[in-house]
Parts: sequence; C-alpha cells; structure tokens
Amino acid sequence: MVNTVVSAKADLSIGSMNDEDAEEYLTFYLNSQEYGIEILKVQGIQGWAPVTKIPNTPEYVLGVINLRGAIVPVVDLRKRFLMPEAPFDNATVVIVVKIEYEGGSKIVGLVVDSVSQVRNISDRNYDPAPDFGSEVDTDFVKGLARVDEDMVILLEIDKLVSAGLLGLGDGD
Amino acid sequence: MFDDEDMDEIKQIFVEESNEGLDVMESGLLELKPGSSDSETINNIFRAAHSIKGGGGTFGFTEIADFTHGVETLLDQVRDGSREVTEDIVQLFLECVDCLRGMLQAINDGADYDSERAAQLSSRIQVFLNQNSEQDLPSESANESLLVEAGKEQDSPIIVRHWIIYFKPNSDVIKGGNEPYRIFRELAKLGKLEVKADLEGVPDFTKIDPESCYLAWDLTLVTEVNEEEIDELFSWVYDECALTIREKADEKEKDDEPLVVTETVAEDKVSAAIPVENAAVPQMAQSPAPEVNKKSKGAANSDSGSVRVSISKIDSLLDLVGELVITQSMLARFGKEEFGEDSLEELIDGLEQLGRNTRELQDSAMQIRMLPIKVVFSRFPRLIRDLGSKLNKKIHLDIQGETTEIDKLVMEKIGDPLVHLVRNSVDHGIEPIEVRRSLGKPEMGTITLSATQEAGNVVITIGDDGAGLNKDKILKKAIEKGLVTPNDQLTDEAIYNLIFQPGFSTADTVSALSGRGVGMDVVQRNISDLGGRVTIKSEAGVGSEIIVRLPLTLAIMEGQLVRVGDAVYIIPLLSIIESVLVDVNDLNLIGQGLLVYHFRGEHIPIISLGEQGCFGSRCSADNIKQLENKLLIICEFGGAKMGLLVDSLSDQQQVVIKTLETNFQKRQGLLGATILGNGKVALILDMGGLAASFMRSNEHKSISQVVTA
Repeated sequence: MVNTVVSAKADLSIGSMNDEDAEEYLTFYLNSQEYGIEILKVQGIQGWAPVTKIPNTPEYVLGVINLRGAIVPVVDLRKRFLMPEAPFDNATVVIVVKIEYEGGSKIVGLVVDSVSQVRNISDRNYDPAPDFGSEVDTDFVKGLARVDEDMVILLEIDKLVSAGLLGLGDGD
Repeated sequence: MFDDEDMDEIKQIFVEESNEGLDVMESGLLELKPGSSDSETINNIFRAAHSIKGGGGTFGFTEIADFTHGVETLLDQVRDGSREVTEDIVQLFLECVDCLRGMLQAINDGADYDSERAAQLSSRIQVFLNQNSEQDLPSESANESLLVEAGKEQDSPIIVRHWIIYFKPNSDVIKGGNEPYRIFRELAKLGKLEVKADLEGVPDFTKIDPESCYLAWDLTLVTEVNEEEIDELFSWVYDECALTIREKADEKEKDDEPLVVTETVAEDKVSAAIPVENAAVPQMAQSPAPEVNKKSKGAANSDSGSVRVSISKIDSLLDLVGELVITQSMLARFGKEEFGEDSLEELIDGLEQLGRNTRELQDSAMQIRMLPIKVVFSRFPRLIRDLGSKLNKKIHLDIQGETTEIDKLVMEKIGDPLVHLVRNSVDHGIEPIEVRRSLGKPEMGTITLSATQEAGNVVITIGDDGAGLNKDKILKKAIEKGLVTPNDQLTDEAIYNLIFQPGFSTADTVSALSGRGVGMDVVQRNISDLGGRVTIKSEAGVGSEIIVRLPLTLAIMEGQLVRVGDAVYIIPLLSIIESVLVDVNDLNLIGQGLLVYHFRGEHIPIISLGEQGCFGSRCSADNIKQLENKLLIICEFGGAKMGLLVDSLSDQQQVVIKTLETNFQKRQGLLGATILGNGKVALILDMGGLAASFMRSNEHKSISQVVTA
C-alpha cells in the first residue's frame, strides 16, 4: 500500500518535473476541501496567535499581528468564503503570503484549518474554473486540479486582493 | 563613461546645488536696497549666478546656461559699479530667479519649461543692457568691430575678422576633466574654424600616458566675434595652457602663414586628430549636448531624498554606536558563562545600561533628520514682499527662532499649511495702509513668525497686529451654515476655531490668494495628520495669533497606554488635556443616547471604546449609573473637546508609529499601530478621526451642537 502511494506520487512528480509549466503549490484544507496557492507567494507558515482586533472591519478580517516588526493583517478564509465556523485548534495555521498588485505588494496572513503538502501541478493537469456567469466573479479561482483521487482548488491570491475580496482595499 | 544612472545623479546634484545658489541669490536680492553698493552681497549674487551658468554649460543644459549668461552679464554691470541698483532691476532679477527655479524643476520632472517666460525675461534683460551699451563702448582701434546683439542695432556693419589661435594645454589638462575637442566645437559655432594639430610633443608610443595630452593646436577662426568671446571659451583651462589669440590684420599675411590649412577640417577629422582617447571623456563630446531629458518620469518627487547633516551629529551618533557595541559584548558573555549569584545583578545593570544606550542612540538618530526650521521660514520674506506689494500693504516680517530644529518630513509637510496661514494674515489680517493710519496704527504692519521647542514639541506661532478675527461675523456665518444654533453658548476660542470647518469663509470677496474657504480645514487636517494641533487667539482690532503645535518627529510620539477590556490602545499625549474620574452628576444623556459630560463649564461628548471596540457606540440610560468613577480621558483636537471612557491608564512611553497602510489600509480613527514591549500590537488612536466617525454615527454636524442649556 505504502509503495503504491509512494510510486504514484513519484510518477506524478517525475512527470511534472519534466514539464516546464509545472508549478509548486502549497495546499491546505478549509472545511475538508483542499485548496492550493503558488508556493512562491508563501512567505511562511506559523501557528495561530492572538491578534489585535481592528474596529469597524469586516468579520473575516480578524485583526493584525506583529510579524517580525511588521504590522500584518490576518484574514479568516473560512469566514470569508462563508463556510460554517469551526473552532481554532492546534492544527489551525496562519499562512503568510506576499501579494502583488498594481500599487505594490502586501503581506497578509490567511487562517486555514491545516496545511496539507506541496504539490507539483502543471497546467495540463488542471481545468480552468467553470464560468458561473457574470454574477459570480471567479477570477480568483485559477483552476481545478485533479491529483490522484483528490480535487484541489487552485487560488489566485493576487486576485483575491485586487478584487477587494479580502477587505484590504482602500478604507471605507 | 556616463551612463544613464550617472547622468541622473549628476543632474540631481546640479539641480540641488543650483537651487541652493538660487536661494542665495534670492535672499541677497531681497537684502539689496535701491542705490546700495553693498559689494559683498552683490558679489555673492554674482558668484551664485556664475556657478549656475557654468554648471549648466558643463552638463549640457544650454538653455539654463544661455539664460543665466544674460543675468550674469547684467549682474556684472551692477558688480563693477557701472549700473545702479534700482527697484526695477531687483524685481527683474527676482523674476529671473523664479524662471530659473522653473527650469530646474522642469529638469527634475523631465518636462518642458516655460520658454516663453524665459524669452520675455531675456529680452527685458537686453533692454537694460542696451541702455548702457552706447556709453560703455571701449575705445577701439579701427579694426575692431562692434558687438552685434540679437535684434538690436541693425545698421552697424558686421566686420568679419580672422583670428589666429595657438593653444597648447598642459599635459594633465584632460585629467582635470577638460576636453579640448569641446572647446573647438564651441569655437566652430562662432564661425568658420580650421584646426591643425601640432604633433611635435607626442612621445614614443610605448611612452604615451593615455591620460595625458601631448598635443598643441593652431586654429584659425573666421568670425565676427571679438577676442573676449573667444577668450571666454578657454576660461575653463585658462590656467592650464599656453594660449595666444591674435588677429590677422590684412590679407597679405595669409600667404605667409604656414599654419593655415586651406581646407576646412570636417568634424570627424578633428576628433581623429586627437589620438588620445581618454576613457574619462564623456559621451557628450561625441554626441550633441544632451537635451534636457524630456521623457516623463512620473510625479517628480519634491520630497528629495537627501539631508545635509553636520559632522558633529554624525560623530555623536558613531560614539553612541560604539558604546552600544561595548554594552552588547558585555551582555553577550551572560549567555556563554555560567550563571552565578552575582550574575543576575550584573545582568540587570547591563540591561539598564542597554536601555540608556538605546535611548541616547534613538535621540541621536532622530537629530540627524532634524533641520533648522529656517529652511521653511526662508520662503516667507519673498512671499510677504510679493503679496504686500500686490495688495498695497506695508508689512514687516519678524522671524524668531529660525534655528529651532524640526524633522525633515514634518518640515516638508508643514510648509504649505504655514504658507496658507501667513497668506491669511496678509490678506485678511493686516489692514491696508489708509485703514491702519486712520486707526492710529503704524502704517507698516508686522507679522511675527516664531518657532520654539517645548517639551518634545515644536511650537510655531504666526502672529499679526492686524484686525483680528471678527467674532460676530464668524458666528453669524456659522449659524448661516447651520454649524451652530443661535442658542449655543460658545467660548471665544470655540468661535474662532469654527473657521476650521470646511467651506467656511467670512471673506466678502474671494481673492486669488484666499477666501475660498477651502484652506483652513485643509490646514487643520494637514496639521492633525502630522499629529499636531492648531489653536487661534485673537483680539478684534489688535491682532491674531495662530499657534501650531507639532511633535518633534513623525515616526515617534509620546503616547499614553490605556486599557479597554483586554485591549491596549494608545492615545497621543499631545491630545490629552486631563484625566478625570466620572461623577455621574455631571453626566447628561441627550438625544439618542448621546452622553455629555459637564467639564469646566463646557459640555463634552463622550465616546466609549468598550463594547468590542465598536467606535461610535452610544450609552443608554441604564448603564449610565455604572459609569460612576470610571476613568474619562478628556482630549482635544482642532479646538474641540471629547471624552474617552477607558478602563485604566497604563504607562506613558515613546511609541514608534507604524502605519497600517503598508499591508492593510488606512482607517479613520487610527493613526497607526505600534508594537509593545511584549510583542503585541497596540492601535494608536486618532482623536480627530474618532470624533468624525462618532459624529457621523450620531448624525450631528458638529460638536458644538451638542451643547444644551
């Protein structure tokens, strides 16, 4: 059993390594669904620590933390994606990402249920997001990847910010 | 080899130094009284103009060089006494300074400058120069021609002259950054130039030092210009060469001259005749003078990135760093050695020492960003002079405390608000000459600009002995605009501070200078953005005083830590007036849950930070009794007061302000955040913003509406 898993993984990685379009994704779990973001955008992963709340911000903006001297906002992706709430436990993790957008870059922490692994996914292996019509803007979903038996939803983190979805845009 | 980066740096240095030169010129010109012969001031002005011209020519900014040349010529006449200092000429020079400032700014922005203005001023300079040229013609021999100025006497004969020039520069002329080819290029512009190189001095190939010049040249120039003009082209190398310029009087000599080359040497042959290719020769020698870079570079950053720092400040900084290093190595051993009984005490001592070192280092580092406020104040004499003459008012500017130091960034941002306030004083404060006379006041009004340091703050005062603020007019306007009701009781100060409301102006006419009612609220906001405060004192008929309080630096401020629930907030110490324990008898509940506290004759609205930090919350009649003996912090901003309910006071400490905008966004009510000693983030409150969001949620237009009988 172990061997099959290992070899299956090996096949995947060998195949993808030869593929120039393969990118590495850090995958994590939210509400039992696996998501992935480009690993080059990930600055670090840390455990959950208490935040300083900021008043008059959307519910999913939990507050700010001190990250090596920088003031970094923390967004709860579960809340943001309107998933049912879950208590924070010791698997809960904050993924710190660096987002690039037109005006510059921001460092943001994203709270997720747990981290999964690093996967090599080439763009042959994922389908672009289905079009839900103009009502739902799914620019931030890069695609849906099938890896072994699992489906990984690939997120375009930069678009999450530029679409104002993380509540980080200009203040109200 | 000058690549783009080097050119940019050189450009910047040229612009900076030229701007400084212009400042010298301006302050000198402002000091010059008509008819004066203050040679030192005049010399300073002349030297500054000369440097700008020279620099402009060297770096290829020909428009600046040409324009400044005209200015310099006129200045030279003043300098040698052949022209008197008059009001008109000073005015002309001042306008030229302005024009040059514009040209320098254009270089910075990579944009075009106002060439029409430059042309206008140049022709005005010519008019002046022409007036004298008839008297100043030196006695000339029959062969010398008249100088022909552009567009001037058109009927004087143009005599073509033959100049023979022998030029042998010293061997290290090129090391000095001079390039003979450039000189020849300029000569070629004056007329027909023939160049023949004298290769006698060139040693064996193996002995050649590539950076030395072994050549001499014989040149002939057929032109109308006179000897001085040719001479001037060699001015850069004057001391470093042998140079003879003589004129060929008649044609007969031509045949005897063995050095005359019968064909015109083309430009590329001239460059070929200089076999020494020096790596230091700038690209400019090979290509046309670089045009002012017309590529748009985006918003020019007028907040320049450099500061002039005195050596002593740097020395003291380095000394303190040295002490810090010593303390560090002393503390380092605690990690390595065994921790014994004495060690704890030594460790505590060491940490105290570290604290001292850190504080001193911090102070010293902050000092480096500080510049004397004179830099901001320096623009006011000119401003007042121009405004005063436009409005027909006589105003004397009294500047005090200009050596007071202030953070560079604060200084950059306080400039415009100060200009606006001074303009106000000139426009609305100081009365016209006749009015002052009829009031028995001295004809010349006085505006006082002073700066002092007061306990970690800089206090800038703008005072005038003008008409003062008209209380009744302001009140009337405020009632008109619905900012206050006729029943409201306001202190004088509160009334004066109404002028900081947006859209407020009691000016009967909107002038180009002020009166649009847009200025004062922007001034107030700019000042409070800097973490400062502005207040007004006034007495009708006597004058007004505007007091601006600013923190010494933007990055660090004195803060009061307060606890609300389990959160720690920081209130700028500058905003806090007093802390009191609530006496429920002084509390009033009005309107829709708006709580007001009776404090020293005023009614002050109260905000509670509690209830999950939901700003703008209101108290209800039920929990009002629970507020007995609760801690209330009375704060002030923009002349208005507000009370903040907190659970307890904590430390007062210096707080490093970190903006929320870097990774998050600006939020009203918050100046930023800071990191406390325990590593936690604490939010810094902005009283003005808090009040604004509070007012919004309570649907009140202004705090003064909150007063009940």
